[in-house]
Amino acid sequence: MIKVKLKSLAKVIRSKNAGPFELTLDIIFPEERSFEKVRKSGVLNAALFARLYGLDINQVLSVVEFPVALAIKATLVRPVPSGHLGDSDVYGAQQHAPLLDVEIPLEEDG
Amino acid sequence: MLAEYRILSPTAILGYGFPESSFAAGLKKKPHLIAADAGSTDPGPYYLGAGISFTERLAVKRDLALMLTAGFELDIPLIIGTAGGSGGEPHLSWTAQIVREIAAEKKLSFKLALIHAEIERDFLLTRLRQGKLSPLGSGSAIKEQDITEAVRIVGQMGVEPFIRALNEGARVILAGRAYDPAVFAAPAIAAGFEPGLAIHLGKILECGAIAATPGSGSDCLFGVLNHRSFTVEPLNPQRSCTVTSVAAHTLYEKNNPLLLPGPGGTLDLSACQFRQENSSAGQKRIVRVSGSRFIPAARYTVKIEGVKRIGFRTVCIAGCRDPVMIKNIKVLMERVRERVKDNFSRENYPYYLDFKLYGLNGVMGAGEPVRTTRAHELGIIIEAVAPTQEIANAICSFTRTTMLHADYPGRIATAGNLAFPYSPSDFATGEVFNFHIYHLLEVDDPCAIFPVEIIHL
Repeated sequence: MIKVKLKSLAKVIRSKNAGPFELTLDIIFPEERSFEKVRKSGVLNAALFARLYGLDINQVLSVVEFPVALAIKATLVRPVPSGHLGDSDVYGAQQHAPLLDVEIPLEEDG
Repeated sequence: MLAEYRILSPTAILGYGFPESSFAAGLKKKPHLIAADAGSTDPGPYYLGAGISFTERLAVKRDLALMLTAGFELDIPLIIGTAGGSGGEPHLSWTAQIVREIAAEKKLSFKLALIHAEIERDFLLTRLRQGKLSPLGSGSAIKEQDITEAVRIVGQMGVEPFIRALNEGARVILAGRAYDPAVFAAPAIAAGFEPGLAIHLGKILECGAIAATPGSGSDCLFGVLNHRSFTVEPLNPQRSCTVTSVAAHTLYEKNNPLLLPGPGGTLDLSACQFRQENSSAGQKRIVRVSGSRFIPAARYTVKIEGVKRIGFRTVCIAGCRDPVMIKNIKVLMERVRERVKDNFSRENYPYYLDFKLYGLNGVMGAGEPVRTTRAHELGIIIEAVAPTQEIANAICSFTRTTMLHADYPGRIATAGNLAFPYSPSDFATGEVFNFHIYHLLEVDDPCAIFPVEIIHL
């Protein structure tokens, strides 16, 4: 078993507002192999997103797999709505960094 | 009935621009429609509240002039949704004024439709009492006070008001707040095409070439809809649409990629198929999409967006290049906060004071997982928000002067703590708004709250 960082498996890791009150994170893979490996690892689950973003698990609204786009998508409640006092990212476009170094365990031969 | 309906989407947002070469390539394909969405809530609540566009007038005029002239030459409609970025009354009239100017300059004469989208407070209060307002997603229930406090409330119109404007003979339609895909889908649905396919095509076209690879919000995308499927292709030879680029775009800014709710129903993409197609030149640049379905809702709902004013803001931009201060920045901030509070304790002004510390946690705030910084310098923004601009200015300015000269443990640079890049150092940014209404309004008639006004230019 080896551990590989998500940023070396995915081709796109991004965050964006989904309306002013939610933040949505997309992880898109370059080919089916890496998508399947990460999907099967089960690492990208609601508990992980809650931990990475300091949220309660019920604030992780969904984690959805979208095979046709080779993507996994999570939607979170924004801790501070877009543009409200204390917000630091009105578009929500720079909240992806905690995902980059998430470690995905892989079989050695995989 | 038309066998296919061709749509040219010049840009992701009116005012974001597009290369004239891409636009010309699109016109050669003989589109039936040129359309663009001009809006988004992404730039935050300010623009809806202040009645100002987040795009600039000269950029919008440039895009509109090219689109109007081309639409006129091809004798096809031009449709703009969420005019002025937020789609309220000031935004709509701002855009209409630009269209009038272009029409006068180019000596164009046509029937212009304005579709209004601002919602009266009294009407909403009545609907609230009738139980016709509900929260969206994770939001909370709306109260009467939310409606009376609102500076501006807009409803997101569906395709129906556009179809009405087209039936009234409009050549150019400027709409207030609209569901992004509606500007593309409405004329296609009016021409007899499947709503599911038309709306899904609209969803992809509304972001211009963002659905291509490499993606761009300031380049064109071309859509061809038939009665079973549709294709999308970029018009810039440097871009391609691939199955993953188009499918991945469906994820963009949405919380569930398979079920996308909108005015009057849900777009169901669970049976959707994406297939790569060769262009006539044999390049793989075109994607065909099929299986998108529209499921009408039992009750027609419209998303409403409203903002309230919470005060006025002043910010000060500064930097720090002192390692001892960086190490003690939290202590220093607390000392400064205390001094500001103490200094105005008699006046007891209400205010909000915050520091953004770039190099420490400026981008992610409390959610930043990296707790200690190794940065050799920090960017600092002092922010004050208060009930009046005068108080916000005073709090920001007093915080700046206090922070400039305050002591902290181990201080060796005693002349001043802050590097100001500009004089003046403080910027009064004006009104501050919050999105406080983001709800669903049930309506009996999808056109009733979006009146169509016809103007002969």
